[in-house]
Amino acid sequence: MIDVKDVSYRYGEKQVLRHVSFTVYEGEFFGILGPNGSGKTTLIKLLSRELALQQGDIFVCGQHIETYKPKQYAKLIATLPQHTDVSFGYTVKEMVELGRYPYQSTLFPKWTKEDEQVVSDSLHAVTLAHKQHALLEQLSGGERQRAALARALAQQPRVLLLDEPTNHMDVAQQFKLLNLLKQSKLTIVAIFHDINIASLYCDRLLFLRDGEAVACGTPKELLNESMIASVFETNMKRYEHPVLPKPLVTFVPFLEQPMNDVLWHVKQNETMIVIETVKPFKVLSSALVGGGTRWATTFVNRHVPLDYRCDDAKEEMIQFLRQHGFDEQWTVGMMTAVCVNDVAFASVYEDVRLFVAVTAGVGNAVDSAQAWRRTDVVASPGTINTFIFIDAHLSEAAFVQALMTATEAKAKALYDKQVIDPQTHTIATGTSTDSTVIAASQQGTYYEYAGTITSIGKQIARLVYEATQTAIDRYRKRKGESR
Amino acid sequence: MPKSFIQTFLNNYMSASLIATFALLLGVSIGSQSIPFSSIWETVLHQLFHTPTNVPATVSQIIVAIRLPRVILAFLIGASLALAGVAFQALLKNVLADPYTIGVSSGAAVGAVLVFFFQLQFSILGRFTLPIVSIIFALVTLLFVLLFARLAERNMAMETIVLIGIIMNAFFGSLISLMVAFSGEELRQVISWLMGSVAMRGWSYVSLFVPFFIIGSLGLFAHIRELNAFSFGERVAANIGVHLLQKKLAILLSASLLTGAAVAVSGTIGFVGLVIPHMTRLICGANHRKLLPLSFLYGGTFLVLADVVARTIVSPRELPIGVITALIGAPLFAILLFKSLRRKTGST
Repeated sequence: MIDVKDVSYRYGEKQVLRHVSFTVYEGEFFGILGPNGSGKTTLIKLLSRELALQQGDIFVCGQHIETYKPKQYAKLIATLPQHTDVSFGYTVKEMVELGRYPYQSTLFPKWTKEDEQVVSDSLHAVTLAHKQHALLEQLSGGERQRAALARALAQQPRVLLLDEPTNHMDVAQQFKLLNLLKQSKLTIVAIFHDINIASLYCDRLLFLRDGEAVACGTPKELLNESMIASVFETNMKRYEHPVLPKPLVTFVPFLEQPMNDVLWHVKQNETMIVIETVKPFKVLSSALVGGGTRWATTFVNRHVPLDYRCDDAKEEMIQFLRQHGFDEQWTVGMMTAVCVNDVAFASVYEDVRLFVAVTAGVGNAVDSAQAWRRTDVVASPGTINTFIFIDAHLSEAAFVQALMTATEAKAKALYDKQVIDPQTHTIATGTSTDSTVIAASQQGTYYEYAGTITSIGKQIARLVYEATQTAIDRYRKRKGESR
Repeated sequence: MPKSFIQTFLNNYMSASLIATFALLLGVSIGSQSIPFSSIWETVLHQLFHTPTNVPATVSQIIVAIRLPRVILAFLIGASLALAGVAFQALLKNVLADPYTIGVSSGAAVGAVLVFFFQLQFSILGRFTLPIVSIIFALVTLLFVLLFARLAERNMAMETIVLIGIIMNAFFGSLISLMVAFSGEELRQVISWLMGSVAMRGWSYVSLFVPFFIIGSLGLFAHIRELNAFSFGERVAANIGVHLLQKKLAILLSASLLTGAAVAVSGTIGFVGLVIPHMTRLICGANHRKLLPLSFLYGGTFLVLADVVARTIVSPRELPIGVITALIGAPLFAILLFKSLRRKTGST
């Protein structure tokens, strides 16, 4: 559709584009990204023929752009500028009618039914039909931009060029406009300021830096941290969209990290153990409330009676947390039937501060390898809950590895304590309702990995192994006492 | 925006034509000797179709030889200046632009005074030497104004235009004064001519003006869609496929024809191109499809009425017509400028 070949451009002494080449395919949503002054707008201006080519060639639909007549070109390519000057006294419809200019003859312009139809369709497409007789100056910024888009659509172009189309718009307006564009099926070439919006909407991206095309490809290919660091000269973190297979990036603002002597407090009574951190920790957990990945400051291990039954345990737990004054958005909550006084703590402070808390009940132990032999399907209480706090910066992978490491250490503790699955009579690997929390402060030393042989993995395994054994001992002791 | 009854009434070619006709009749009727409308009708019909008439020969002589050419010339000049104003405002995206305020009228006047000063007469042009030289000066001035405005400021702020107008008027005014000073007595009359007048021109001036008037008006009426496009800025105009250079030149040339020729026959009559488009926009909005024809009709009407006032207010003496238009136009100019400045600084 559009072939840009070796295009360079200079304003006087200033070289703005250097040997830029890329191709845009039919029907594609093509995004151009780059820091200010990287030549994005110049590139769009060359494509819209607002600027004349100096070096290199651009072909649209196989034809060199300089060979098109103005009206021919306007039928092929419409441009939506970053900001449309509002001319006072024009109605929305009058502005959209301008878009029919290339379809009218010069000498005897006639306004046909088709013209009228296209204008009406364009107004409907941008949902401004009801405001077609309003004056432009009475519209909001977003509405004006949509009116300008309707004007561009009335040209019935095959390609739409956009220069930061959603500038000056609020969030709702931005998505309204972009959804509209995405549905239009036109070939779209757009400059974006917001990397995440570009990732969500564009099929492919072009990165410009100092007038050079640094990279061109799908968002998934391009939006990695090192690429963004090199193009935008800023540190960003990549993460995944919660619903779509699209990468997103976010800044890490500079915050002064206070040196905390105390990172966590433990409070304990008959009904629960509460561990509060002095700053939010990033958490990966299988907890009832706040499971998965989140940031949290409060970790609750609540004691419930053995015969606790509830249809919606999660909702009941949230209510419980609220009653006790916890904000469930910042809380990770678990339940256990074990007496919380039997909790076992373990901690170490060598390279990294680590803290582990385990409550263990093994009356309901399960050997995962033999579990398929078991006939019961409902999990009954009797749980090993493990909390691991790490004052370090873990990668996503390290979180998962820490979880694996902890699980293996727990299994080994059960093995060494000869915990038996009461149904299969083999050595158990856990219980049916175990839960684990990995919480990391995300400051200080960075760990890419946390497997069993890494320095941090070794510490995690050791603490979990020791604390689990202690917890089992205490559990057995209490059982023995009560017997 | 709910439209008032007056707006609705005026936003109509029929009303505008009726008002224009009434103004023309009034213009012929009023003077040192009052002439009833009926006599004017009779005389005009007699002239055109040789219908019988009872109007005394002296009266019909006044009508045909003095009043009618004067009133028609006033109408054509008014219409021309209003059209030129509309065109300048669209191209410069600035409602303060008018042939007088941006200095194009002064440029044309320098051309006209040069013709008087050097007694220029190009045989090939004959008596059209005067308007053609004026037009060329108008066009050159206009191109210079555009270039200057662009160099001074890329987005051509409101005030830039005003400043350029001041510079142009000061410069051309001094050129004219210089020529007048060198010429002695014979150019003294130029001074009163410069203030603008449609008095004592006769049919010869009307016929001198009409060709340029027709070409210039047609030129603008043929570019209604382009004028709309330019109102949204050159970028938008280019995006929708307007051939910028070609269309811009055509519009500039048409507007220069109208301005230059008008100045050549009637001197510098200011602010018509400012007042009329502004008022007309309040009536019909900014779309040139309506703005242009209505400005044409109301511009003509305005100048005919201004001429009536000019020759009656201190009767038997006459005021230059430019005095009347400036009395109305200058305050409006101030108001528009003030409004735009306030909008810019953001206060309400």
